[in-house]
Amino acid sequence: MDIPKVNERWTSQINEVTIGATADQGGTRSKVITVGGQTTLPGMTFEGDIPNSPVIAGYVSDVVPEWPDFLKKAIGNEINSPTEWAQKCVQEFGCDLISLRLNGADPSGDDKSAADCAKVVENVLKAVDVPLIIWGCGDDDKDAIVLQDCSAVVKGENCLIGSAKESNYKTIVAICKADNHKIISEAPVDINIGKQVNILLQDAGYDLKDVVMFQTTAALGYGLDYVYTILERARMTGLKGDKLMAGPQLADVGGEVWRIKDAVASEEILPGWGDPERRGPSWEAACAADYLQAGADILVMSHPSAIKTIQETITQIA
Amino acid sequence: MALTGMQIYKSLPKTNCKKCGFPTCMAFAMQVAAKQKALADCPEISDDAQSALSDASAPPMKLVKIGASGKEFVFGQETVMFRHEEKFHNPTGVAGKISASLSDEEAAAKIEQINKAVFQRVGEELKVSLCAVGVDCSDPAARAKMAAEKSNVPLILMGSVDSLKAAVEAVKDQKPLIYQADASSIDALAELAAATKAPLAVTAGSLEELADLTKKAKDKGVEEMVLSFNTEKPGDTLRTLTIARRAALKKSCRELGFPAIVDINGATPEVEGALANTFAAKYAGILLVNSVEPCQLLPLLTTIQNIYTDPQKPNTVETKLYEVGQPDENSPVFFTTNFSLTYFSVEGEVERSKIPAYICVVDTEGLGVLNAYAGDKISAEKVVKTLQEQGVADKVKHRKLIIPGYLPIFRAEIEETSEWKEVIIGPELASKIPAFLAENWK
Ligand code: SF4
Repeated sequence: MDIPKVNERWTSQINEVTIGATADQGGTRSKVITVGGQTTLPGMTFEGDIPNSPVIAGYVSDVVPEWPDFLKKAIGNEINSPTEWAQKCVQEFGCDLISLRLNGADPSGDDKSAADCAKVVENVLKAVDVPLIIWGCGDDDKDAIVLQDCSAVVKGENCLIGSAKESNYKTIVAICKADNHKIISEAPVDINIGKQVNILLQDAGYDLKDVVMFQTTAALGYGLDYVYTILERARMTGLKGDKLMAGPQLADVGGEVWRIKDAVASEEILPGWGDPERRGPSWEAACAADYLQAGADILVMSHPSAIKTIQETITQIA
Repeated sequence: MALTGMQIYKSLPKTNCKKCGFPTCMAFAMQVAAKQKALADCPEISDDAQSALSDASAPPMKLVKIGASGKEFVFGQETVMFRHEEKFHNPTGVAGKISASLSDEEAAAKIEQINKAVFQRVGEELKVSLCAVGVDCSDPAARAKMAAEKSNVPLILMGSVDSLKAAVEAVKDQKPLIYQADASSIDALAELAAATKAPLAVTAGSLEELADLTKKAKDKGVEEMVLSFNTEKPGDTLRTLTIARRAALKKSCRELGFPAIVDINGATPEVEGALANTFAAKYAGILLVNSVEPCQLLPLLTTIQNIYTDPQKPNTVETKLYEVGQPDENSPVFFTTNFSLTYFSVEGEVERSKIPAYICVVDTEGLGVLNAYAGDKISAEKVVKTLQEQGVADKVKHRKLIIPGYLPIFRAEIEETSEWKEVIIGPELASKIPAFLAENWK
């Protein structure tokens, strides 16, 4: 029998955002990465186009994160050097781009100087040929100084800079306009604030076509339901024509999963839960698989085995 | 599909006899439409009218029950495509596969493994819901009986028509899911399902054919069916599942108005895990999986737990005093809200700090710190009262209380009105707790 026609008529396209610049484009990358551009929900190619697959950005930090030993071991000794870590992400783990966090700048942590951070960025840029995502440490005042210097040393490389919030958007816009970078707009799991930040960016003269949206990320089991639904709703709003919500979306899976006990705690703490060396990467991969269904276009990931699993998954569910 | 008052009114006797307790048939019809009354509350309604109406008012996706008496798994009757439109109702079940090629001992051992796969997570029990037993072995009936006896969860029986006939017959009072009928076996298996009143899984190469087959089975008297898919081409299956669900929910396509089962296979256990999570998010009612190891199961069961949470209802934790690690009389004391996301972030970060602590949870009706404050759901007075109720002062020697960084304004009042004379303003974000404790709690 015939099945009723059920195609949705989405009216709009998600913005296509390109990160990185080749020599022709004034940068030094061997290739650029483009995300977004779709006219339907994840996978639903029978009613729209999905010109670009989701991509994986390898998590790299200037200081070694407080991660479980088995994860540090899986990444290898290279974790002690941001440049070597970034190289390994690209050459061995096959990451499409690098997500560099300048955690060391945190005033309540190592409080590294802007000049030190800029040096790290410069070195990582030289060490790999893929595009870069560059984040500060999350402290608005410090990031204003740090990101300014970091942005300057990669001027023209068309990096993605994170992140612009209600509290600091003016600085970020000024930096990114001066050095020609793309912006991550951040909101705390709130669709209205997400929209508000984008309005502020627009009012500050920044083109929303150059913005990737970030609703922060919750690890699986720790509020994933909220973030999942926000990503899904934002995507549907964008596809229905709301230009303020038409950006591609980023999920920082690797940055969140390794903070929760379910992914890292040993069997002594969680009896019957199995070896965390296998549970952890499964947790990261599961979390990433979920966000792919919600509409994430860029996944930041950490564990090489989880990265491999999700690369294969992205191919299979296309 | 919900019926309107008018549609219901048309089928009533229209005599206004008031036996239903309402002055008019129309008034009664409105109550039925609003789901305040059942049709059966009108003693005068004809059987024909009642069955016509209940058909029309049947949910667009059937509720299917596998198993019997104590060992049951109920799923289906989903109403929306996206969580935010309402909620997902009946959590996806994970079914552990037990291959027919296993010896009796091996099969029994895997059943035992499934029985043991029960976990506690944030106050809820997570477990494998079904045992999927292959019965293409030397004695299908004996295998089915053994599984029915040993398993704590209901059964799916998988095999050829002949094996299934013997196996289902042997445990028919257990109402196993018969897996699975295709175009070649639909007649025989539909008869088996109708005779034993067991639910039937149905598969086909396309949704058009699938609809033909479920119709055929229905005509033979099978009421409860499950649409069956696999992961040979996972992308196609995602699309097909979406189309089937849209057709059922939005276009009332009865032939596809059943929940789905997806047989998950992948090149590696890791890929299999990622695919299982994918289909938990998008539209599988049952996931057939090979691995029932905790490393694979726990993230999957947690995805199901998250996706099937009611998005309209704030997630709360019990308002009580929580202990992280093994705190003693010198340990720090925090308070936070009963919004579970806030609580679990604070708990997780305190745990990460490796400093045992007490967390006093204040009832904010499921709102986070800022929203609770804005909405008047938290006050210094309430915090003091909660601390008293939970007897926190008896647990520690000191009188230092760490309060959320967003509520510095509470400090003076708490210090003035309670024994907590040293209120310390904590960080605004939970993620800063470890650094905060390292700095301030020595
Ligand atoms: S009992 Fe039935 S027939 Fe009588 S008034 Fe109520 S609805 Fe009408």
